[in-house]
Amino acid sequence: MVEGETQPRVFKLAIAALGGQGGGVLTQWLLNAAEASGFIAQATSVPGVAQRTGATLYYLEFFPRAGAEAAGADPVLALMPQPGDVDLVVASELMEAGRAMQRGLVTRDRTTLVASTHRVFTIGEKSALGDGLADSETVLQVARATARRLVALDMEALAREHRSVISSVVLGALAGSGALPFPGEACEQAIRASGRALERNLAAFEAGRARAAASADDEQAAQAERAEPAAAEIASAGAFDPVPAPQNPRAKALLAKISSEFPSTCANVLGIGVHRLVDYHNHAYAGLYLDRLLPILRQDSAARQHTLLTETARGLALWMSYEDTARVADLKTRAARFARVRAEVAGGNGQLMRIVDYLSPRVEEICGSLPAWLGAPLMKWRLTRRILQAFTGGKKISTDRVWGYLLMRAMARTRAWRLSSLRHREEDARIRDWLATLAELAPQDYELAVEMAACQQLVKGYGETFERGLARFRAIAEALPALRGGTDPASAVRELRAAALVDEDGGEFAAALARLCENHPGSVTESKA
Amino acid sequence: MAERSFAREVELLRLTAGEEFRGEGILAVTKALLQSGVAYVAGYQGAPVSHLMDVLADAGEILDELGVHFESSASEATAAATLAASINYPLRGAVTWKSTVGTNVASDALGNLASSGVKGGSLIILGEDYGEGASIMQERTHAFAMKSQIWLLDPRPRLDSIVTAVQQGFELSEASNTPVMLMLRIRACHLYGSFIASDNRRPPFTAEDALAAPQRDPSRIILPPYTYEQEREKTEQRWPAAVRFIKERKLNEFIDGPASELGIVLQGGLYNGVLRALELLGLADGFGASRLPLYVLNATYPLVEEEFVRFATGKRSLLIVEEGQPEHIEQAANQFLRRADLQTKVLGKGPFPMAGEYTGSVLKEGIRAFLEEFGPRLLNPVTEQPLLPAAQLASAVPERPSGLCTGCPERPLFSSLKLLQKEVGPVHVSADIGCHSFASLEPFNLGASILGYGLGSAAASALHTRGNKRPLSIMGDGGFWHNGLTSGISNAVFNEHDGVTIIVDNGYAAATGGQWIPSSEADAPRRTARLSIADAVRGVGVRWVRSLNTYDMKDTLKILREAMSTREKGPKVIVAQGECQLNRERRTRPLLNRLRKTGKRVARKHYGVDADTCTGDHSCIRLSGCPSLTVKPNPDPLRRAPVAAVDYDCVGCGVCGEVAHAAVLCPSFYHAELVDNPGAIERFMQGLRRVLIGFLQRRSQRKRAMAW
Repeated sequence: MVEGETQPRVFKLAIAALGGQGGGVLTQWLLNAAEASGFIAQATSVPGVAQRTGATLYYLEFFPRAGAEAAGADPVLALMPQPGDVDLVVASELMEAGRAMQRGLVTRDRTTLVASTHRVFTIGEKSALGDGLADSETVLQVARATARRLVALDMEALAREHRSVISSVVLGALAGSGALPFPGEACEQAIRASGRALERNLAAFEAGRARAAASADDEQAAQAERAEPAAAEIASAGAFDPVPAPQNPRAKALLAKISSEFPSTCANVLGIGVHRLVDYHNHAYAGLYLDRLLPILRQDSAARQHTLLTETARGLALWMSYEDTARVADLKTRAARFARVRAEVAGGNGQLMRIVDYLSPRVEEICGSLPAWLGAPLMKWRLTRRILQAFTGGKKISTDRVWGYLLMRAMARTRAWRLSSLRHREEDARIRDWLATLAELAPQDYELAVEMAACQQLVKGYGETFERGLARFRAIAEALPALRGGTDPASAVRELRAAALVDEDGGEFAAALARLCENHPGSVTESKA
Repeated sequence: MAERSFAREVELLRLTAGEEFRGEGILAVTKALLQSGVAYVAGYQGAPVSHLMDVLADAGEILDELGVHFESSASEATAAATLAASINYPLRGAVTWKSTVGTNVASDALGNLASSGVKGGSLIILGEDYGEGASIMQERTHAFAMKSQIWLLDPRPRLDSIVTAVQQGFELSEASNTPVMLMLRIRACHLYGSFIASDNRRPPFTAEDALAAPQRDPSRIILPPYTYEQEREKTEQRWPAAVRFIKERKLNEFIDGPASELGIVLQGGLYNGVLRALELLGLADGFGASRLPLYVLNATYPLVEEEFVRFATGKRSLLIVEEGQPEHIEQAANQFLRRADLQTKVLGKGPFPMAGEYTGSVLKEGIRAFLEEFGPRLLNPVTEQPLLPAAQLASAVPERPSGLCTGCPERPLFSSLKLLQKEVGPVHVSADIGCHSFASLEPFNLGASILGYGLGSAAASALHTRGNKRPLSIMGDGGFWHNGLTSGISNAVFNEHDGVTIIVDNGYAAATGGQWIPSSEADAPRRTARLSIADAVRGVGVRWVRSLNTYDMKDTLKILREAMSTREKGPKVIVAQGECQLNRERRTRPLLNRLRKTGKRVARKHYGVDADTCTGDHSCIRLSGCPSLTVKPNPDPLRRAPVAAVDYDCVGCGVCGEVAHAAVLCPSFYHAELVDNPGAIERFMQGLRRVLIGFLQRRSQRKRAMAW
């Protein structure tokens, strides 16, 4: 009962969940616990199509049987929660907590909110061409400000830890929150009575209860949630961790070069770049990386926190380590990768595990990994293209078998001639163009240069994805003269970059491009001329 | 029913007099039918009444003991036609479906049934899917009751009220020779509560009795001169009889209150919501005592004019709480008061919105608005704190639409369709009802219209041209057997359509809970299944028929291309096969666990994405949309976009890998196969591989380490 009340009243509980999370089972447990504790209990839901992974809501009301007997009448229990009239809301996913708050179910005067901090991303968030994830921190902030009390914990992690289902943890968290009108033991008893997967469910229940009981307001979970900040649009030098200390003298020399020639604030990101390119190709290639950054450094200054240098260093390291066949094959054959796969699929250590990789090379990939003198004509002639076509298409390679492994290693070995390959020739030219643009822009419009540096993130992926990204990158680069006629070309580029990541077919991007260039028709014609 | 067992629910049906029933509303209805001496039950599944069908399908033994006939009808029309048994014989019969969609399908039989009139009590149990989350168009059953003159019960959402309504429904039907609809809102169907059971009753008259002495009454036939006679009978005999029954048996409730100059008329189904709203406004006590007089319509059609007039007399104004539109009850109330020359003001739509569900806050605000005008003194100067859902939430909380389940066989089909459109350009897709309706949402965005169950193919009829671009229709196996075979396929043959129809053959009526259908691959007790969709299609004259396995996307794409381009005339029908994953899991999981425990070799596949080669473009997600294919923070400090990842719920269907191949996406996908109880040779070979590959891996690892 809520303190300070003498008249028995209806206790109202809403469960915000996703279809498939076991909300029905949880509801039944709560009903059984309530009835065993002397309550009249009622529950409703609207499962329907929401069963299929959509957002769904269960609603329960409890009333003390003794109160009904004293009154000589049955209480009238409602089938839907009233905004502002709910005692306890439990959400088995963070955004569902947000949705419950949006519906006005959580209010400062009375509602305890028990929420899982984990995320099940929505299809909209996952479909973004870049980072489309919703901001968890906002929801947690609102929760802290809106609920009478917030109990936040990662229920999904606890469920997994105990190899149980999230509904057990939710029930535990409810019991541990102390906000139910009956004792937690009744909940535990309800699980026991249901009898299935008892040991795991009880362990998960107990874990949820302990965690909820311990968290007064659960800053901890909130902190944990904050530990993964949303990626910043533009890199800041402080955002990078240092690389491990090198032993190899040539690697040491590269790091020494960083500390002698570059600002110390940028040492980490440059170190990561160098480390990556040594791993990708060799020391000389990593040296080239640093040399390429020197002209950028000269255009930059501490007063500007070396933003351009940091952003260029980040992009350049990625671009110079473009994912060619050799790189992919190399990464896939590493021991660490085998171990990671085992961990990801939850394979026991001794358990027999097979790994099959899905590759689908195109003519472009085959020719691209050949030396340019061979790859370029093969790529050009229709006959050779047609012959090579026979080797393309979906391939499944058993990387855990000797022949599959050796085949992958052989592909990895093509890195021997990487720097003279057709693909390298193309990428190298693009990289040089990009760097030249940055160096040219920096003294005239620093902000614009930073934005152009950040555009490297459009160039990513394989096959069509890569071509789409590259085409949009190019379109922005080509629009530069027109954009520079405007008042704020840097924001224009930022806007275009965002638009480029909105949809696959490019409608949004084309519209943004047309809109932003239209403002300065004169400059467009000028640039064309 | 299919792979799910309802043994626990079936036990509830055996409760005897005095025992307490605890369970869901729709199950209480099921029990009430048996307590009422029902002789036959039929219906078509659909939320929120599937449970009634599922439980009875599993309750063969009880039904046999009682001598009750039950069948899963081919459609709502079939179910409605089943009630014909009660025209000539004193058989109590009940049918059920999802309203109003099912009622529309059943309307031909219902109209005729209502005209003929019934001898045995005929109850039509309607699960209403109105309001939040409804997967159908929003319409009222009330209009249907009015046009065919079928009586409509809308009881209070308490289990004992609902159970009583079932009993009263049969009696009302028999007293007025008219079928009766019992409408239950979705929350009432899913309402958990309790009531005190009575014994089940064997039907006093059975189908055997009927067949032993067949009856025939020409005046029940829908032909002149009887049709006119039946119409007259409806208005002159059956209607007054119904009104008499409702009045005498006090189906509607009058609840007195001190504020006698005002009154609220409400549908029984809204009683709990109205009382809660009054309680929150300080006008009711939580046990049903109200300051405003209430007139609760547990029978919403026919309305009892005399009761209305009695309630309104001496009142300044009435508030009609009536969900949905048009406002039939409010219109009738105005007519009654006009005829009685009462000046009581009638309000309904106005304080309440014309359209949409009467949620808790709609009810509260509607009543408040009414009182602000007519009884402001009744309202406390309420000190409610303003409800301001933080504005930031609007942009922070993403929508979460429903989607296809993890491992769903329909996913690769729609991925293939997306890829097909990349090749041939946009195609007109006529969608249908079923799980495949979700293809119209993210990430597939396929489907220009949904016209009704099994009507996907029919809905493309006007778009068959002699040109070279063909329309594409989707139809589920459920919809196919429901009516699509005739309304869609046979129609397309007859009219020489040139389009493509894909029939999604997943083995179950999956969207409604996995019920068996004629083409289910099951040993279904009391049913004949395993009928071939392809044979049925050929049987009505389709020449171009292809069957495919949806998980094989390469083949699927090939067949789709062929269907869109073949020179063969006439409709092209593709039977897209792949067993519903939910039901397959239910079927195979216990089997695999048993195998694993008995030491047999069991392999489990799990898909994954290599985070270090994934660049975070998510094309794979846009093409597949699998709930299990998600994203996680990019482990690469230089990259920003989250990488794709497969979560623990992966069932190893392999679609993500197929998509990666078919769309030539990226080399990041892999699958790992975990083997339990491998054989000796397999273990030895794998050990050998591990040693050899491990050696090579360590060597290159050393080399890499030395470079840094």
